[in-house]
Amino acid sequence: MPAVQETVERVRRIDVDQYRYGFETQIESDKAPKGLSEDTVRFISAKKNEPAWMLEWRLEAYRRWLTMTEPTWARVDYPKIDYQDIYYYAAPKPKKTLSSIDEIDPEILKTYEKLGIPLREVAILEGVEPPPGGPQTPNRKIAVDAVFDSVSVATTFQKELKAAGVIFMPISEAIREHPELVQKYLGTVVPTSDNYFATLNSAVFSDGSFVYVPPGVRCPMELSTYFRINERNTGQFERTLIIADKGSYVSYLEGCTAPQRDENQLHAAVVELVTLDDAEIKYSTVQNWYPGNSEGKGGIYNFVTKRGDCRGRNSKISWTQVETGSAITWKYPSCILRGDNSSGEFYSIAISNGFQQVDSGTKMIHLGKNTSSRIISKGIAAGKSQNTYRGLVSAHRKATGARNYTACDSLLIGDKCGAHTVPYVEAKNSSATFEHEATTSKISEDVLFYCIQRGLSQEEAVGLVVNGFVKDVLQQLPMEFAVEAQKLISISLEGSVG
Amino acid sequence: MSLLEVKDLKVRVEEREILHGLSLTVNPGQVHAIMGPNGSGKSTLSHVIAGKPGYEVTGGQILFKGEDLLEMDPNERAAKGVFLAFQYPVEIPGVTTWNFLHAALNAQRKARGEDEISSPAFLKKVREVAKSLNIPQDMLKRGVNVGFSGGEKKRNEILQMALFEPAVCILDEMDSGLDIDALRIAADGVNALRSPERAMVVITHYQRLLNYIVPDVVHVMSKGRVVKSGGKELALELEESGYAQFEDAA
Repeated sequence: MPAVQETVERVRRIDVDQYRYGFETQIESDKAPKGLSEDTVRFISAKKNEPAWMLEWRLEAYRRWLTMTEPTWARVDYPKIDYQDIYYYAAPKPKKTLSSIDEIDPEILKTYEKLGIPLREVAILEGVEPPPGGPQTPNRKIAVDAVFDSVSVATTFQKELKAAGVIFMPISEAIREHPELVQKYLGTVVPTSDNYFATLNSAVFSDGSFVYVPPGVRCPMELSTYFRINERNTGQFERTLIIADKGSYVSYLEGCTAPQRDENQLHAAVVELVTLDDAEIKYSTVQNWYPGNSEGKGGIYNFVTKRGDCRGRNSKISWTQVETGSAITWKYPSCILRGDNSSGEFYSIAISNGFQQVDSGTKMIHLGKNTSSRIISKGIAAGKSQNTYRGLVSAHRKATGARNYTACDSLLIGDKCGAHTVPYVEAKNSSATFEHEATTSKISEDVLFYCIQRGLSQEEAVGLVVNGFVKDVLQQLPMEFAVEAQKLISISLEGSVG
Repeated sequence: MSLLEVKDLKVRVEEREILHGLSLTVNPGQVHAIMGPNGSGKSTLSHVIAGKPGYEVTGGQILFKGEDLLEMDPNERAAKGVFLAFQYPVEIPGVTTWNFLHAALNAQRKARGEDEISSPAFLKKVREVAKSLNIPQDMLKRGVNVGFSGGEKKRNEILQMALFEPAVCILDEMDSGLDIDALRIAADGVNALRSPERAMVVITHYQRLLNYIVPDVVHVMSKGRVVKSGGKELALELEESGYAQFEDAA
């Protein structure tokens, strides 16, 4: 079955206005008292058995946060968030201390099974048919770290990774087991003072993933983290730190879902990537947080800071994101191109429907010599949504030979939505070559009628056209993710026409 | 039973009546040519048969194998066997031709309650069809009509016609934008698809196309009506004397 047909199939199986990940898991959980104070920060730190330095780091961030104000420059509109009305920590209550995956609460395992995320160590490439004539992809393994509300519940393939020297574990564990690495890198890409949401995260982050790939190692499998918000009124503040040491390579995937709820939930994550000389990190996200209902009620506020630092020479960081969920998205995965000859990439598909608001893009900061960056952004707006691309490309005075290519394409479906492109370009060096292209188009009636005359339904036709529009970016995703992303795209555009 | 029967069809576009009671009967195996000057309503007729939005049918009916075609959604009509070869086929960037064709064919099969065709089986089929029409394989891998020449776009339409095996094919100004060689190739493709079960309605401005696709019946349209019908020699007559003589008749 071709991928498009697959997409169409999936769409058909789902009723309109159905967020298929909207179910809730009934488990007992262990929560911090509602609200935010130094005590909350201490509570979280204590829950994690953190060393004193970590608590200090958090408290410093918390105090700084108290002096900051929420940013308002993004093209998004939402009622004021009451930060005292949120639970900052929720963990599934363990039945006992876990020593193997079999001891995880079966309810949680079931949740991940429902989501299609295998926590058991099995090869997972099922049901994905390669394109005809295309290469047959052998079954690949993916190591998964699953974060349920505030804690990591399982990390798979630990042994195999360990043999390769790769550290992949919940960050709470890394703080205890590899304090030297965490202290060396944590907060060096996104400092605790960086921005309102990142600072909040620094104070209260509860878990997330930690990856260290030693010099010269090509990580033997894809690493993946699956984030799930389950508890009501809970914020999720995860922190991810990935370090690719000299000459290493790792591909990392991130997926997110949340139950359907009427109230808004806050998600303020921080992701930091560091590549040393000749290293490469490929980071892919399929974000499908609950977007709110058809009247715009509920949904996740996704206020996320993601940044990569190409610290070494010839290093490379590539961000690929498919954003279909969240009521509000405020997210700019960026690259600091510090090392000479380093390169950064940003491939993005941002889809908004209903009342969703997306303000997303990237920053490419060229500091080193002969650095290059590439931005391909595809925004699709349907329903009554607003979709903004916001990007910055800058070249430092010393960044001779900096090169950037940016292409921002927007597609409008219907006439009640909006697409906006806000590019900032700063070249402080005359040898910089920056190219920017932008297009905005509508799905034309003629194209739809052509498809429908060939037998496709209206929704199938839209799905097909949109999948074509985003193809350049989909190709950047690892195959399993590409298939999932394709399904998501069609699902999120349900009912957008006609 | 006739295959396609248009009875006293009246169609409006934005308050303006374009077809004023048009009738046409097409039987299996026949090729009908519809000729007429610009603005006579030829393309409107093809669009209404295919179900393009934006047209208001104010009177008459269209029967396809005895069923009321106007009651069906356009994709339903396609599944039943109505095919429109477009005058200006659209481009769909990022969607490969073979992928598009596969999705469309399966949509039609499903609507008819048939099993879907698997990727390998489809690939085999589409390759065979392309080969029989002398269409290069690489066209299948390219985006639908993206960067295609005028001739390639028309050949892509014919490829689809061959693949979907419709009962009625409406060819809307197939000759527009084609040079004589491209026209001949396209016409060869159409002729290869003539069969005792299948009917074709060839809409054209010029007699030229009908040298290659020889019709059984020729209709002359003027001002939203069929004003004269005859055999293939009627086309030649028109070529000599032009459409002016029919202006008054309408």
